[in-house]
Amino acid sequence: MIDQAPILVVIFPLIFAVVTPLLGWWKKDLCYPWVILALSLSSVCSIITLKEVLGNGVIHYHLGGWEPPWGIEYVIDHLNSFILVLVASISLLVAISSKRLVEEENPDKVVYFYTLFLLQVTGFLGIVATGDLFNLYVFLEIASLAGYALIAVGEEHAPFATFRYLVMGTIGACFYLLGVGYLYMATGSLNMADVAQILPDIYSSKVVMVAFIFLLVGVAIKMALFPLHAWLPDAYTYAPSATSALVAPLMTKVSVYVMIRIIYTVFKPYYSIEILPVNLILGWLAVIAILYGVIMALRQVDIKRMFCYILIAEIGYMVGGVGLANRLGVTGAILHIMNDALMITGLFLVAGAVVYKLGGHNINQLRDAFKKMPFSMAAFAVVGLSLIGVPPTCGFFSKWYLILGAIEAENWIFIVALLLSSAINAILFFKIVEIAYYGKASHAHNGDSHGGNTIDEAPVSILIPLGVVALAIILAGIFSGKIVSGILQFAVPPNL
Amino acid sequence: MFDFIVGKYNYWIHIILMMIGFYAMMSKRNLIKKIIGMNIFQTAIIIFFISIAAKRGATLPILEHAHDGGEHAIEAISYINPLPHVLMLTAIVVMVATLGVALAVVILVYRKYDTLEEAEILKKIK
Amino acid sequence: MDMEIITSIKPLLATVTPLLCILLIILSRRIPNLRELWTIIASLVTFSIVASMVKTLYTSKIIAYKLVEVYPGVDIAFRVDAFGLFFALLSSFLWIVVSFYSIGYMRSLDEHSQTRYFAFFAVAISSALGVAFSSNLFTLYLFYEILTVCTYPLVTHNQNNEARSSGRMYLGYLLGTSVAFFLPAILFTYYFAGTLDFSPHGILNGKASNGMITFLFLLFLFGIGKAAIMPFNGWLPRAMVAPTPVSALLHAVAVVKAGVFCQLRVYFNIFGVELLHNQNLDIFLIYFVSITILLGSLFALKQDDIKAMLAYSTISQLSYIILAAGLYSYHGMLGGVVHIVMHGFGKITLFMCAGSILCGARIKKISRLGGIGRRMPITMLAFLFGALSVAGIPPFGGFMSKWFLALGSIEAHQWPILVVLLTSTLLNLGYFMPVVFISFFGKDSESIKGYPDIREPSPFIVAPLAFTALVSLALFFYPYPFLYLAEIFVKSMMGG
Repeated sequence: MIDQAPILVVIFPLIFAVVTPLLGWWKKDLCYPWVILALSLSSVCSIITLKEVLGNGVIHYHLGGWEPPWGIEYVIDHLNSFILVLVASISLLVAISSKRLVEEENPDKVVYFYTLFLLQVTGFLGIVATGDLFNLYVFLEIASLAGYALIAVGEEHAPFATFRYLVMGTIGACFYLLGVGYLYMATGSLNMADVAQILPDIYSSKVVMVAFIFLLVGVAIKMALFPLHAWLPDAYTYAPSATSALVAPLMTKVSVYVMIRIIYTVFKPYYSIEILPVNLILGWLAVIAILYGVIMALRQVDIKRMFCYILIAEIGYMVGGVGLANRLGVTGAILHIMNDALMITGLFLVAGAVVYKLGGHNINQLRDAFKKMPFSMAAFAVVGLSLIGVPPTCGFFSKWYLILGAIEAENWIFIVALLLSSAINAILFFKIVEIAYYGKASHAHNGDSHGGNTIDEAPVSILIPLGVVALAIILAGIFSGKIVSGILQFAVPPNL
Repeated sequence: MFDFIVGKYNYWIHIILMMIGFYAMMSKRNLIKKIIGMNIFQTAIIIFFISIAAKRGATLPILEHAHDGGEHAIEAISYINPLPHVLMLTAIVVMVATLGVALAVVILVYRKYDTLEEAEILKKIK
Repeated sequence: MDMEIITSIKPLLATVTPLLCILLIILSRRIPNLRELWTIIASLVTFSIVASMVKTLYTSKIIAYKLVEVYPGVDIAFRVDAFGLFFALLSSFLWIVVSFYSIGYMRSLDEHSQTRYFAFFAVAISSALGVAFSSNLFTLYLFYEILTVCTYPLVTHNQNNEARSSGRMYLGYLLGTSVAFFLPAILFTYYFAGTLDFSPHGILNGKASNGMITFLFLLFLFGIGKAAIMPFNGWLPRAMVAPTPVSALLHAVAVVKAGVFCQLRVYFNIFGVELLHNQNLDIFLIYFVSITILLGSLFALKQDDIKAMLAYSTISQLSYIILAAGLYSYHGMLGGVVHIVMHGFGKITLFMCAGSILCGARIKKISRLGGIGRRMPITMLAFLFGALSVAGIPPFGGFMSKWFLALGSIEAHQWPILVVLLTSTLLNLGYFMPVVFISFFGKDSESIKGYPDIREPSPFIVAPLAFTALVSLALFFYPYPFLYLAEIFVKSMMGG
């Protein structure tokens, strides 16, 4: 059982997804516990895997017993075992929160929703677990296709937004596939480790360079890196609440993971820094993405759309960290994968609670939200402080590493961008807090308002995951030293 | 120069097809035309993969011996590479699925806006 | 002189006690008397824990307690030295006084959301103690930021438009400066010094180029916005929109003194006085803050709102304290440090008097105070005591610190500073004395004439302010243990 844990992480949601429609056809109410069960099992397996990796080093799992490079190999090292735990547990949390949201927003599609939900999680987990370039493409498309379908059933203009996302997403996936094709042409292998071993001899080849560029552009589209981000705000704004809480934090993070793998595992730092200095390009794109994201967020009156632009800025943090090309920067980027996944989940769960209780995601609907939904808004405050980077929340610590990395790389402009975005995040956050805290303008203090606060809180199924996320944000901050010294320092690619 | 163009004609075809598809996806205003473009784009990639598997004078990778043929050495040189073909089988499945989802989404769009012209949809969104 | 270090959980206990009290406050929110009892008990317990450390410190020992390592070489850790205990003693002692005062004030004005008020008050005290006990810059920054955030609901307690715009200003200045200047300064310090731990002679000496030291110095000077050094002083007068007990404890003691405390900590224990002196930064510092001293007093002169006048007076007085770091002499440092306490008691008295006038007579303007001294003699007598102490007239505590500062400026051969001090004293008298004069000897003003029911408000309000007024007087005759602690600290920096 424990030997099989790496594959079970991915297999559990997959098998359960196949059974979900049958189960739903028999009894609709069973889907929810079924999904929770699947993701709990998957989370447990991911934790077992992480422990295994921490104890005994990298796990090589050969699917069907085929030796690499012929068979598909799952390689679980410190980096992806860490991200597996993150993906599995966050999707579990979102699944828990989804119950009432789905019943409210898509009452006739509950069964299909959960089927696709599991498929999408399968895709995310597969992308992270696999050590095979083509297998990664397949999982990437499983995740994306499930994502398109999930987003399309959202509100208002969701179908059209989905269509645009689909076109962009397909281009991204095709570019990635093309890159894999060129790499295969040059090396004759699809196994990441194998390719990595063969490549250094042919680093001068043009084919390899084209492959590298195609892979990166493809992944950049999937993660919505500026200037390839245009599909994201519409798609995630109109998506159903539970969907955006799942897709927004994970899709982008998983893509960042893939980028780190391509730049630092498949290609070695020697190539990506010395021969074709993509890190410089990424650094600049990151700066622009950060500034563009926060400034656009400032202009939004729709909180979900605002969160989308924040997400675009946050992607800039991670890409910028990768682009710093030193240990501190990459550590910061990986740490921020976790922190940002937590923060964005928190944001979209709050958005879900707000939509559920207050009936929309326009910023003005939040009036008096502190009175009506004190717990949700308290959680939101924690997330917001983390986005600003107030210690001891986790957002502070990724910034800490990123800035130290930037000092080491003498990349001053990135530091300025980080600090500026913190400041603008503060404005954004307090823009929302002000509306939620002050409520109606004429709220002079008089004795009568004592009894006026009627609490009308979001359902427990949303509050629990939200509470867990808020707590995790604080704990991940306090124990970030332990996380880095225990896991991440081994996850950072060597030779940096 | 001539050799460079003709000798690698498979790549040229793949690139031309891909660009046609890419152009259609980006600049056609009709959603169905975009989807057609997407399909051409994907097909171009399939053709690329298949063409890199080919070898001059090689045959299909099917071993020609009966049950009692016994062991004999396999001359890899005389067979085309089967792996890209297998990859493309998977890729085709992915692409068909993408097409299916795309069409379903287009149906949703049509029900919502009664049109498939991007410009008109954008007008209605505003 | 090597200090003996004792590991003890006391600093942690002192910091956590107010936090535990929050839970009890929230649980007993329906029973106001019980709720306030918890605050009183917590303040007494906190103070006794803090006071119990005084004996240990007298014997030249240091108390340390490490909580968790967040980054290699950077901990969340506590370390109680004489300076920290000095500040903690002041804050925790005045919390007791202000707790009583808060009860009287909040009830007499029938304020809303009193539970929230008492809860966040406790958080503020906890973080002020955290600032006092920090063992390194990181922990300091952590509590500094929490202090900013948790005072926001207190400042904007009224939740009206005025509170909203003041709240923006408050956070804009404090978070803005800390994110834009303070945080990068910390990161640069870590990058160059390799540590953030406070040390009696600084940690930056010889670690960075002269230009870099100057740059860091400026970042710290402007980054610690709570010290209200011009041009980052705008938030303090605006923060006076808060209920008076908040202005009294936080904007006369805990928050602003945390600001100057941080400034002095940085100059004394990160740069070290020798380093500042060798680079002539001390000269720059004293003349730079002299501007604030004089301008603050001048602005105070033309205020009509009592609290606004007190706020500008505070701005001016805070910069006296900063002089400690620039006057490179024993008495200069001692004077600055001692002024924290002397000004604290004086100014809190003045603020509580302002609140008492508001509760008893509903007056906020100085121009309407005519004759109020005849109706509220205790309050206005206390006001006189506080004013004389803040201005530095014997026999009040404030005289002692100003005397030391004057001695220090002579020792350091900085005659112009002596002139600044004397001018400012005159200005202090210039804005305080008219208030006292018209209240006792002026004609009854419009706001007083027709209202026979104007009298001293409840003893909960009058007793605390009379008490602190008497303490201001007593500190002249018996300034220990504060003076001892300050002497221990200053001697430790002067090399024993």
